[in-house]
Amino acid sequence: MNAALAATSVENCYQCGKCTAGCPAADEMDFMPNQVLRLVQAGDADTVMRSRAIWLCVSCLTCTTRCPQSVDCAGVMDVLRQMAAGQETVPPDMQRIKVFHRAFLDSVRRHGRINEVELIMQFKTLGFLKDRNMRLLMKDALLAPKLIQRGKFHLQGESVRDRAVVRRIFDRCMPRADRARRATADKDSASGGVV
Amino acid sequence: MLEFGYYPGCALHGSSSDYEQSVQACLKPLGVGLKELDDWICCGATAAHTLNHMLAVSLPARNLALAERDGVTELFAPCPMCSMELIKVNRALDGNAGLRQRVSEIVELPVTGKTQILNLIQVFQRIGVDKIRATVKKPLSHVKAACYYGCLLTRPADTLQFDDPEHPRSMETVLEALGASAVEWNYATECCGAGLTMAREETVCELSHRILTNAAAHGANCLVVACPMCHTNLDMKQADIDRRYGVHHDMMVYYLSDLIGMALGLDETQLGVDKHFVVKPLESPATQAAEMH
Repeated sequence: MNAALAATSVENCYQCGKCTAGCPAADEMDFMPNQVLRLVQAGDADTVMRSRAIWLCVSCLTCTTRCPQSVDCAGVMDVLRQMAAGQETVPPDMQRIKVFHRAFLDSVRRHGRINEVELIMQFKTLGFLKDRNMRLLMKDALLAPKLIQRGKFHLQGESVRDRAVVRRIFDRCMPRADRARRATADKDSASGGVV
Repeated sequence: MLEFGYYPGCALHGSSSDYEQSVQACLKPLGVGLKELDDWICCGATAAHTLNHMLAVSLPARNLALAERDGVTELFAPCPMCSMELIKVNRALDGNAGLRQRVSEIVELPVTGKTQILNLIQVFQRIGVDKIRATVKKPLSHVKAACYYGCLLTRPADTLQFDDPEHPRSMETVLEALGASAVEWNYATECCGAGLTMAREETVCELSHRILTNAAAHGANCLVVACPMCHTNLDMKQADIDRRYGVHHDMMVYYLSDLIGMALGLDETQLGVDKHFVVKPLESPATQAAEMH
């Protein structure tokens, strides 16, 4: 077991199922939260890294708060997602969730803050390239005028003054292999004429 | 006169600008000054802790370092996602010299994790519930609110040490000082779907639908929140939820600061309530009385 998983005290889980009982997303999961923990204990992180469960977790922290054994169950989900995102084992119908998080961090890396319009455009475009779902591409288009009407639509977005330090923070945190893969992905999407 | 450092976070400078308007409008008459943290950056939110642990520590740490550099000892973060991330990093840095050194190098500023972070409710607690009660000009006797805390105001409980994670009462206490009543209900700390608003709408609609349904079933005529994401999911997405489930919730969702502002006599447009998606006048005591005759 790696150090990040060990730090969650996952070995203390005795399968009471309280995490699953309180989980708002369990209905949709392929493995219940307590099953995810058991598989990790058994050394089978590979199986759960390919699961839908880790992406459907909404990070509400109910499981972590209620665990009688002080297992950081939501923390286990985080570590598994971090591992899965790096190994491209994300199930097809969960790709959109990963794409959203990637687009979010890309926006922060560029501006230091979220540019919502740019984030939505990038998420919609890359999401569409993953599943070619036209309905999801066009959905929310009607939201724009309603947001404009309410002064909630900021086309320009904000940028921090010291964007260079933000880039350096990202470069120090993201492992080199991850960056190389990102660069390739960026080149692919650029040659495909997107964003 | 109280003064706090202010970390608005991306949402309040984006599609939740009504929340910032509300917070600023209601704090002014209560004598609270806010000084925005210079050149603050995004806390990384769910995306960072989902994809990269070190980034999830470093992005909040950069902001904590800016606060320390500028001598800000108390930093108000109205978004619970931001406040939770900032507090989590504070706790991680405290008592871990190795991490402090490594993170200080990453964010290019020394950071010790000593800044005290306050959420919206804590700011009202600092002002004092008695002082708020004494300042009320228009008691909200027509408000029967379901106080919705969601996830990150109280969780993770060990880290945040704020209110009771299963049965929180801090918002109810403030509301009672405004002359409003709060209903007992079951979904005060259930998740609304949080950051999946864009990425997985069906999850958000299902979870938010349950919250809206339960609030109405317990007699609430509005929901009260202290989080921009909760507000987005329960207010902006309400029309989508209605369509999906063939219902008509028609439930006003207020920020806690909206109700305080209204009780202080501020106009709804000053507080940005007119910018919500569901806008529905609650029955005022005057109209209730008129109906009785």
